[in-house]
Amino acid sequence: MSSALIVARYALREAVRRRVILVVVFLTVCFLALYALGCAVTFHEVDALGDGSQIDQRVLTGSTLLGLAMFTTLFLGAVLAVFLTLGAVRGDAERGLLQPLVVRPVGRTSLLLGRFAGAAAVCALYVAVMYSAAVLITGISGDWWPDRGVGAGIGLVVAVVVIAAISLLGSIFLSSTANGIAVFMLFGAGLAAGLLGQIGDALAVQTLQDVAKVSSWLLPFEALYQAGLHGLTADTSGITGVIVQLGPFGGAQEAGSGLWVWTVVYLALVGAGARAAFARRDL
Amino acid sequence: MPAALRCDSLAKRYGATVALGGVDLEVAPGELLGLLGPNGAGKSTLTKIACGLVRATDGRAEVEGAPAGSAEARAAIGYLAELFRFPDWLTADELLALHQDLSGSEGGPNERSELLELVGLADARDTKVAAMSKGMQQRLGIAQALVGSPRLLMLDEPTSALDPVGRRVVRDLLRELRERGIAVVLSSHLLSEVELVCDRVAILLGGRIVAQGTPDELAQPRGVEVETGEGVRSFPEATRDQVPAIVAELVQSGERVYGVRILGSTLEDAYLEAVGAA
Repeated sequence: MSSALIVARYALREAVRRRVILVVVFLTVCFLALYALGCAVTFHEVDALGDGSQIDQRVLTGSTLLGLAMFTTLFLGAVLAVFLTLGAVRGDAERGLLQPLVVRPVGRTSLLLGRFAGAAAVCALYVAVMYSAAVLITGISGDWWPDRGVGAGIGLVVAVVVIAAISLLGSIFLSSTANGIAVFMLFGAGLAAGLLGQIGDALAVQTLQDVAKVSSWLLPFEALYQAGLHGLTADTSGITGVIVQLGPFGGAQEAGSGLWVWTVVYLALVGAGARAAFARRDL
Repeated sequence: MPAALRCDSLAKRYGATVALGGVDLEVAPGELLGLLGPNGAGKSTLTKIACGLVRATDGRAEVEGAPAGSAEARAAIGYLAELFRFPDWLTADELLALHQDLSGSEGGPNERSELLELVGLADARDTKVAAMSKGMQQRLGIAQALVGSPRLLMLDEPTSALDPVGRRVVRDLLRELRERGIAVVLSSHLLSEVELVCDRVAILLGGRIVAQGTPDELAQPRGVEVETGEGVRSFPEATRDQVPAIVAELVQSGERVYGVRILGSTLEDAYLEAVGAA
């Protein structure tokens, strides 16, 4: 078995046995139960209102609710990604957990790669399951399905993987607590920049649009999330399409293939930076 | 056969702080070296450089002929840190299995059982680390360091949390390892432990070796005391070889001799003298 796979398997087992996973599972179950109740009630109310307008109310309701579920999925996925990686290097070294592993002939690069693969696998699986559950609940409750559901889910999964990579890089330089705070601040900053971009688009303010664009390059998880949101109603047209774009979770930016290419390059750059920094770090 | 550990002018600086200031040291295969020195003397830094955890600023360190930190060197080394922790969700057996995987050991369950037996943890095979006392964890740490049959064992304060019985177990283990040809570098503050088991001792102070030799070599003669009928007579410059002549002279001059005591310093005396705290 290759060294990175051994470490990844260890990281997976560690993730499953840590209490944070129980907290995340509990929160997830609570959220999905409330979400199912919310969907059932909301679609029932929408049906009761009747269909007297030119707006497809099922599309509007479904996309808004699923957009909310995607935000929650992104947030919980980010929590999981950060908690699985925030102390991977400096935190573990300070606690004396890392040195016995690094002394083995496994190599620091493999160790880092394995930690990332383990955390990314857990987060990706979690996000995929939670997003799929939300899509199913929305579809069964309201008979509405997203236009490009698979693409939206992949965007969300990759967004959380990017957050895991950023957190792993931060763990080389910062102690566990400092890294956790820093990554959550970056997470918040990325989302805030996205909202500013939406406001900039609505009001045609170039500066806000520029801020959003730069932040999307620096923190591509936000752009991936926006691309996922856009996929929900990508093929919706007419007045409904316009209204959906104005909603709090529907006013998202479409991503071109450039975003996916940049995400791959970004992950490679973060990985190279982490490898170089870890190789030079005294433990 | 290359030295188990060889350091040439090994230096490490952290900014303006000199942790190691040019250390020359050689540990032969199967040799048990005690590394002594006060806190901050550079013992842990030296150990960590040998293990590839810290990069030297200058000089060179080799393990079994391979540069310290290389995959070959790390494959030949076993290490127990002074401040270590193991994942508390693993059992003793799972921890050793993990280190077997990481070190490429093909020893399987037999190696794990043998190692747990060796450190007196045969009954704790399925005990989680979280349920172990500090002493048990330290013994598990020694077993972990021995996974993959290393040629050089670097132990940083391996008996600090052990009770007298546990220390005895570790002492016996170290002697057994020596018989198997495994070199051991034992960093410790427990001078009596070092004196009991080590072939050679190196004393570090301020990042430099200020004394080294066998415990007997480091222990200096301190004269001879002769108990006579008129009280104890001291001969501070005398050596063991001069005792018969001293006794003969005293008897010849009419004194009654009841006993002779040859005085020598202990390793502790030698240590305190070397670090300037006597």
